[in-house]
Amino acid sequence: MSKYTHFILISGAIFAFSCNSNHHHVENLMIKGSDTEVNLALTLAETYMMKDPNISIAVTGGGSGAGIAALINGKTSIANASRPMKAEEIDLAHIQGVNPVATVLGMDAIAIAVHPQCPIQNLSLQQLGAIYRGDIQNWKDLGGADAAISLYGRQSNSGTFVYFRDSIVRAEYSTQVKQMNGTAQIVEAIKHDVQGIGYVGVGYILDKNGTQSKGVKVLAISRSAQSTAYLPTELKNIDSGLYPIVRPLFQYTNGKPTGRLQLYLKYCLSPEGQALVKQNGYFPVSEIYWQQNEQALNRKHAKATLH
Amino acid sequence: MQKRHFIDIAIKWLFFGAAATSVMVLLGIFGMLLFNGVKAFAHISLAEFFFSSNWNPSAYGKPSYGILAMLTSTFLVTLGAMLLAVPLGVGAATYLAQVATEKTRLILKPVIELLAAIPSVVVGFIGIVMVGPFIAKVFGLSNGLTALNGAILLAVMSLPTIITVAEDAIRSVPNSFKEASYSLGANQWTTLIKVVLPAAYSGIIAAIILGMGRAIGETMTVLMATGNALAMPRGFFDPVRTMTATIAIELGEVPYGTTHYYSLFAVGALLFLISLVVNLLAENLAGRYRYKL
Repeated sequence: MSKYTHFILISGAIFAFSCNSNHHHVENLMIKGSDTEVNLALTLAETYMMKDPNISIAVTGGGSGAGIAALINGKTSIANASRPMKAEEIDLAHIQGVNPVATVLGMDAIAIAVHPQCPIQNLSLQQLGAIYRGDIQNWKDLGGADAAISLYGRQSNSGTFVYFRDSIVRAEYSTQVKQMNGTAQIVEAIKHDVQGIGYVGVGYILDKNGTQSKGVKVLAISRSAQSTAYLPTELKNIDSGLYPIVRPLFQYTNGKPTGRLQLYLKYCLSPEGQALVKQNGYFPVSEIYWQQNEQALNRKHAKATLH
Repeated sequence: MQKRHFIDIAIKWLFFGAAATSVMVLLGIFGMLLFNGVKAFAHISLAEFFFSSNWNPSAYGKPSYGILAMLTSTFLVTLGAMLLAVPLGVGAATYLAQVATEKTRLILKPVIELLAAIPSVVVGFIGIVMVGPFIAKVFGLSNGLTALNGAILLAVMSLPTIITVAEDAIRSVPNSFKEASYSLGANQWTTLIKVVLPAAYSGIIAAIILGMGRAIGETMTVLMATGNALAMPRGFFDPVRTMTATIAIELGEVPYGTTHYYSLFAVGALLFLISLVVNLLAENLAGRYRYKL
């Protein structure tokens, strides 16, 4: 039998199997949005689907903006967003009869990655802002070689793009920033670019065991020129809040979640779900967001019961 | 008899309907682009749109809507692609039509046409992992995400169009032209350069223009391979963000009914107009190339 026939048989079997399972009452959930969260959401969804065979969860990326737009247009059950919704997005949602409610899934530290040959070890937030505004254009101004800084960033549909601009750059990005089609492409580009610098979620730099991927160097970041710089690759720097570029990862639903949707979100926040969050290179939900999560999930002692 | 007559008429209208449908779709698309695109100019001045190189609709501060940089990017990438694809494509077409044996031609032609079947996302991927790093190495750049990378990839993508159409044009040059040339003592090379290619001239131009249309409209490849920086490019070694890439990047997240939304339609309408002009030009030239015997 040729390989081709095998392929047909296997596809046939999968088709028959999927048809069969459709006879039960299966609830379909759509999760769409942040590319930063997409791998994590996929892991969570796959694990959860094994526990509850009557739920089918489809996860797609597209960027936080795309996810939020889909929630507003009623095209998704959960919008993943690595930034909070903008005021005009919330207004638009209300006009469409959608009431966005946020739960925080985990925390994401944004790492500043450079080529391993870059001699710089740490930057302050001010320096980082100046680099991305285009005020500092040469590595020699930072103590490196005399070479132009090659800037990498995300596209405007990315929550990371908006978060980084609004909280670090605090002005327009330099027009020289190369807008890459996803975080993986930034990492790939920096591996080949000695003069490159880019911002990426730590999840893309660390593997499941917490070891750093080869080919890129992560810079330590300090809040100001005088203070100590910390690396985002160590959990204690995130937990203690010492690493300065950390943001919550949101899951937006239309109204407070009920039924299977609520069960799923509770699973995400359970110790098991949070362990998966950690395994994917993100960090468990910080203390300050637990209250928000409890309110969203309608439980008075949510934290106690969730754990 | 009556029945046969009826079928004749029915078939005629059926085919007319099929042809009319595609024309209606075309007009519908253009109308929709124009209808939405015009609304953008309620808030953007024509001068800003066409003469500012600053495009930043989801800005931190005041949004800006100038398309000059992306228009330049599109032309730069297309020009580069044509500089590479025209000599290669016309050369290959000449070889296939005049030099190659029938057996070689029958093998080569389908292979070249297969080139058109490679998905653009795959070409873009090759641009990121192979062509880009190669360009960086050869030209001593820090990275290869440049207009040149896009131009090389688009050249490859427009080759099948150019070769196929140009070969048809060259083959349709009547044999009597060649025979006359040979009988006057010209060799194969002279006949090719002085007689066959000039005779097929307008067909070859049509082929080039069709290939150009392919390059202008390509989206995924340039989106992946050219770096998408918003700055006005200074040359082939700068990153560029084309009109198609801008629409692809921004349309997914734009809220309906905003100036940003309509401005993307305006960019789309302009792109459509450019493609339309390019295709009409090719159509017009292609129609002229057949010689009367």
